[in-house]
Amino acid sequence: MNELLRKILPTVQKPGRYTGGEFNEVKKDLKDVRVRVAYCFPDTYEIGMSNVGMRILYGVMNEMEGVWCERVFAPWSDMEKAMLENNMYLWALESQDPVIDFDMIAFTVGYEMSYTNILNMLRLSGLPLRTRERMGLKGIVFAGGVCTFNPEPLAEFIDFFSLGEGEESTPEIIALYDKAKQERWTRGMFLKEVAKIPGVYVPSFYDAVYNEDGTLKEMIPKEGAPATVTKRIVEDLDNAYYPTKMIVPSTEIVHDRANLEVFRGCIRGCRFCQAGFSCRPVRKKSPEVLYRQAVETLENSGINEITLSSLSTSDYRGLKELTDELIPYCEQQRVSLSVPSLRADNFSRELMEKLQTVRKTGLTFAPEAGTQRLRDVINKNLTEEEILTTCANAFSGGWNNVKLYFMLGLPTETDEDVLGIAELVYKVIQTWKEHASNKKRGLRVHVATAFFVPKPHTPFQWEQQITPQEYLRRCKLLKSHFYSKSIEYDYHDPALSRLEAVFTRGDRRVGSVIAEAFKRGARLDGWDEHFNNEAWMQAFERCKLDINFYTTRGYAEDELLPWDHIDVGVTKKFLLKERHRAMEGLVTPDCREKCAGCGANCLLKEVACDA
Amino acid sequence: MLRAVFEKQGNAIWISHLDLMRLFQRAFKRAGLHLKHTQGFNPRPSVSIALPMAVGVASRCELLDFEIEDEGVACQQIVSLLNGALIPGVKVLEVYEGGRKQRDIALLQCAIDLHYKNKIPAKAPASLEKLFAQDSLMVTKNGKNGPVEQDIIPMIQAIALEPLDAKTLRIRATICCQNPALNPAQLVAAIAANKKSYMPEYAEYFREEIFDSSHNVFR
Ligand code: SF4
Repeated sequence: MNELLRKILPTVQKPGRYTGGEFNEVKKDLKDVRVRVAYCFPDTYEIGMSNVGMRILYGVMNEMEGVWCERVFAPWSDMEKAMLENNMYLWALESQDPVIDFDMIAFTVGYEMSYTNILNMLRLSGLPLRTRERMGLKGIVFAGGVCTFNPEPLAEFIDFFSLGEGEESTPEIIALYDKAKQERWTRGMFLKEVAKIPGVYVPSFYDAVYNEDGTLKEMIPKEGAPATVTKRIVEDLDNAYYPTKMIVPSTEIVHDRANLEVFRGCIRGCRFCQAGFSCRPVRKKSPEVLYRQAVETLENSGINEITLSSLSTSDYRGLKELTDELIPYCEQQRVSLSVPSLRADNFSRELMEKLQTVRKTGLTFAPEAGTQRLRDVINKNLTEEEILTTCANAFSGGWNNVKLYFMLGLPTETDEDVLGIAELVYKVIQTWKEHASNKKRGLRVHVATAFFVPKPHTPFQWEQQITPQEYLRRCKLLKSHFYSKSIEYDYHDPALSRLEAVFTRGDRRVGSVIAEAFKRGARLDGWDEHFNNEAWMQAFERCKLDINFYTTRGYAEDELLPWDHIDVGVTKKFLLKERHRAMEGLVTPDCREKCAGCGANCLLKEVACDA
Repeated sequence: MLRAVFEKQGNAIWISHLDLMRLFQRAFKRAGLHLKHTQGFNPRPSVSIALPMAVGVASRCELLDFEIEDEGVACQQIVSLLNGALIPGVKVLEVYEGGRKQRDIALLQCAIDLHYKNKIPAKAPASLEKLFAQDSLMVTKNGKNGPVEQDIIPMIQAIALEPLDAKTLRIRATICCQNPALNPAQLVAAIAANKKSYMPEYAEYFREEIFDSSHNVFR
């Protein structure tokens, strides 16, 4: 293998991403290892190494005695070609051993358009693609990550899913495998036992029955599998495992920095946001623990950039306490501290000014919709006034750059809402003219619109997606109302978001489309240069599935949804209520003001929801 | 100013020049050594590596110039602190104060291992020796403004070929590496252009030593 690699590496782009050997990489002696896990990220090294979830679970697994977890990433197309030409199997970075030698193969799935990469990685490993084609206990394939809250599109390919946060469930799963391996269980025995671990979903234990109109009629559990599988969460984040010895990439990656998650869950309730609902309930981490972990991570890695992450960091109650300690430390150590997703309140403004001394980052807003009416529908609690006040402050403080993110195709959207975006952008420009302290460098407003994708486990899970043509019409309409030279406008490719809509709300049958498109060469779909819509359209045709069934049709409220047997804590009843409030244009106050009764608090046994 | 001599081998040879600079900056931090920063609006840690190296080249004579804020740390101590904070394949061999001006580096002794699929073609050593013994040898190189023709012979001071094993033929050459600089890969490009049948399956490159223009080892 090594000689082959030496021959191939000079011929591919960015060879450093294929060799491992980074600082803090975990190596173990094989004679002390009973279970080997190949932890696969279905995208490139640069993307995967930036993933916080993967960092955590890599550490969790390697903390276990007798277990060695190694990393595997999707090869870029030039490497894939070289591998096929040289009959070389996909390998894990740490040992450079082929994946096919491993006991367990794990995937973290955070993006629907990486599904073909999963298939490609299985194929390049020499493993059969489908669950039913794989035999024996060795090479069992499991997956987790936000996408797996609707696991159905991947049901054919993945042996079992680990739903929700994995800090506690992953060791349980691996310990069971360890036992199974020692006692020489069959694959069937293991799957039956693993299905008993809370949060584990074994898709082959469920039969999907459909109505004549193609909608789902029933999911029938077999082999004693539970009717609903509830995601796992960690209740006490302060005492949960957190990797302060992160792997330090030797080559450049997308987010090359330390990352500190300040709390989990979200108090906001934006109705389109999957993470906002599926990551509930709210659990905090204390500022003391965070400070200690920040310092340890920075010292162990030598990295000079750290970001405080979460779904909405300014909602973190300990933010002042934490930053009061962390900012002086970072200044002294020449570390730049970034706090994304700040809101427009007074404290955030102060904080922004303080951080400015550390490093200037751009000003970013995600109003998502152009009018207050539509922002109320989606429950995006951000007013025009807030945006303009923050802009005014920032402009007078020397900023000359604003990024604004919107969605098009939101439920109830009219042309008036679309033009509301142009109006808001115009007001931002006016604000700059009035407040800019330095007009010499000019203003740059970057506007981006995404194509709305209805997501499972959100109040909009039933909604229709508009057609790509209609989306493009709205983009053009908007563009024709941008008059200033300061505006830079980007819009997402609707073809990609349309497929995303299919796979995020798909049932089991769309698995065949994924396999067919893959056969036709689809992979690395998230990358413009590789996205091949043609292959996908042919696949739908070949599989006799109507793409509109999953996109423009919309799902009925009384329909059994493909992910209804997956419980993320938030109840369907609550989502439905939120949907109706949306249609009436009623906002729901954030959790801190008043608990909206989403149901996710029922997942907690020891503590209360800490909104 | 302090100077470190370091080697780069194994998997670390795939790290690019820029990435290697960042790797060292982080290693200094992990080692608890504070690099001095440049003055100005955007302060940068003061580290520089002489003779940027192409990805895929191994070396045992790389030079890293740096300045630290910590006073009274012995050079020997810096060596061990840094080596405790570096990755496999990158190792500091020595650290000393001062050192000659980088612009006096003139020559590089390098080895190029030509790996053939089955065995070294019988006539390859003699034929390649002849190729490099010519009075001039034009090779196309990709410059900033497109391909340019370049005579590589004046930049080769010495060259010899020896088989390492049945499949590997080693070229050892002393070539100009600064003003003008010859990329060792150009020697293989010359084989590709003129002696195609003797092209190896792949080649590996090593930097063995650097010299000033009078053939004194440069430090
Ligand atoms: S239980 Fe109440 S407070 Fe907690 S996340 Fe749900 S709605 Fe918000």
